[in-house]
Amino acid sequence: MISLRNIRALFIARNKEYYRDKGSLFWSFLVPPLIVAVIGFAFSRQDPAIFSVGVLGAPQAEAPPVLQQDYIRTIYYDDLNRATTQLRYQQLDLLYDPQAGKYWINPRSVNGKAVEKLLRVPADSPQMSMERAEVPGRAIRYVDWVIPGVLGMNMMFSALFGVGYVIVRYRKNGVLKRLQATPVKPAEFLLAQALSRLCILLIVSTIVFIVCKLMVNFLMLGSYSTLYIIAICGNLALIALALIIAARTASEEAANGILNFFSFPMLLLSGVWFSLDQAPEWLQGVAAVFPLTHMVSAARSVMLEGATLADVAPQLGILLAMTIVFLIIAATLFRWRED
Amino acid sequence: MNARAPILTLRNLSKSYDGFEAVKGISLEIPTGICFGLLGPNGAGKTTTIEMIEGVSTPTAGDILYKGDPQRRQLADQAGIQFQSTALMDYLKVNEVLDLFASFYPAPMPRQQLVDLCQLQDILDRSASKLSGGQRQRLLLAVALVNDPELVFLDEPTTGLDPHSRRQFWHLVETIRARGKTVLLTTHYMEEAERLCDDLAIMNQGKIIARGSPQALLDEHFEHVLVCLPQTHFTDNCEALRRELADTLSFSGGQAMITSSSVDRTLQQLIESNISLDGLQVRNPTLDDLFLKLTGLSLEAQESLASEGSTG
Repeated sequence: MISLRNIRALFIARNKEYYRDKGSLFWSFLVPPLIVAVIGFAFSRQDPAIFSVGVLGAPQAEAPPVLQQDYIRTIYYDDLNRATTQLRYQQLDLLYDPQAGKYWINPRSVNGKAVEKLLRVPADSPQMSMERAEVPGRAIRYVDWVIPGVLGMNMMFSALFGVGYVIVRYRKNGVLKRLQATPVKPAEFLLAQALSRLCILLIVSTIVFIVCKLMVNFLMLGSYSTLYIIAICGNLALIALALIIAARTASEEAANGILNFFSFPMLLLSGVWFSLDQAPEWLQGVAAVFPLTHMVSAARSVMLEGATLADVAPQLGILLAMTIVFLIIAATLFRWRED
Repeated sequence: MNARAPILTLRNLSKSYDGFEAVKGISLEIPTGICFGLLGPNGAGKTTTIEMIEGVSTPTAGDILYKGDPQRRQLADQAGIQFQSTALMDYLKVNEVLDLFASFYPAPMPRQQLVDLCQLQDILDRSASKLSGGQRQRLLLAVALVNDPELVFLDEPTTGLDPHSRRQFWHLVETIRARGKTVLLTTHYMEEAERLCDDLAIMNQGKIIARGSPQALLDEHFEHVLVCLPQTHFTDNCEALRRELADTLSFSGGQAMITSSSVDRTLQQLIESNISLDGLQVRNPTLDDLFLKLTGLSLEAQESLASEGSTG
């Protein structure tokens, strides 16, 4: 059916084209570290506006009345380790266990001290006898938070333009017509393009990741293999989206417009630069349509919270489902030539 | 195989797009082992026709048979195509382009043979996007021949080449033809068709207006030689001569052309009418003259018409 020989030949040819195009190579390596450097410099402090308190136990567990304030966000955890990790990186200001009558704070967190004061103020409560524990650790900086987004953004642009634009150019200048006159099948051609771009993206992202790590020593709590699996699933979904965009278009200008139509909303709404947690629900609904949203959120929870493969399984499932749907649409729509 | 059996048969082939009828019900049989030419101005429907045969576009109506098979199942493996305008992948070297295309076929032509045939030895390490016009056409020809095809399509292969490159390319086509391959060539150069084609069909406005070998076509339509003079020599005071020459006299592109069965007699007529013989030319008719005779328009005039309207 599908000839691996043809795919291999097209894959090798495309890789050669990529690394010989020195201009594009230069920019794909330069831009992300540049952005990270600027952010690392500009956002070196972060002052959250509200207090976050973690409560161990199911959501129905009673929080002390003093914590039921509108300026305190309560987050429930059933896993102590996960919760103390959040506290260590100052994502939580205080962690409270109502059952054991124990609380933890991070001695390096100013907010933590303030919440502790609040908790201890009421004289009539048994809180006075509560056990106190400390979990020291540095705060998560904005740059730690934004790194998964910047890497994801770089992958998104490279996937959309690297696959979409190239196929459209091939269609316009007649390369596709030439391939159509050979025994090569569309699926072989598309698979070769997708695989080539996937390998390129993984290699480029690894190098960019290492460079950024050396520059700003960002947080990475989870496993690298999980991060790679997220990158593969996310890239596949983005590349499949690019294949839809490139399925018929024969004008580079039109392709440019369509690619921007997809990439800019993703850039703004996929949680690359700011969290959408506080955004209206309809906006979060829109964001959920984009593959980048799921890739960045999975990568972020691995890097900042040490999430495991099982923890990010929902996002991976969505990304794989998107890949399959997009590929089916792309293969149905694809034409070698402009009609 | 019977060398005269048609390798290709077209029956009432038509193609319309955007309400424009580019090919209007043409029928043809192309014998195996010859160089067949589709000749005509830009916009005549040559490329549309050849692309339907290649299978890259579908006819609106009519049939195309390859070795008698309307499904053309063997065509993809046995044909080699050089398109009129194709780019190759950026940043690939000539030998890498050949590697890529060779890997699509089970039994490609041996590399050295292909390189020798298309004279690519000196440019194998050159980037395919940085070739001269002639080198590029030779590479595209090599890509078309990479599967050692039985049938080779060449769509205006020498358009835009300098005279030296064109002659070099003609020589390649003759070599391919000598190897027993069938060549289907489109061109708007009469000289190219006369030199290369064993058999040709002249197309104009989507129809075949003449069919035969170049010599047979000329013999059929011209029993005479052409005596040509600058048009300015025919002043108003030679009415008698004009009447005498009648239908044998025509004007085109600043030239007066007399279709003559006896050069002696024609020259005598001209001298008797006191017409200057400066710039006189006596020549055999060419396919260009044939086209003029068949359509009433020279190829040049046709092309300027075509470039205002339709496309090839």
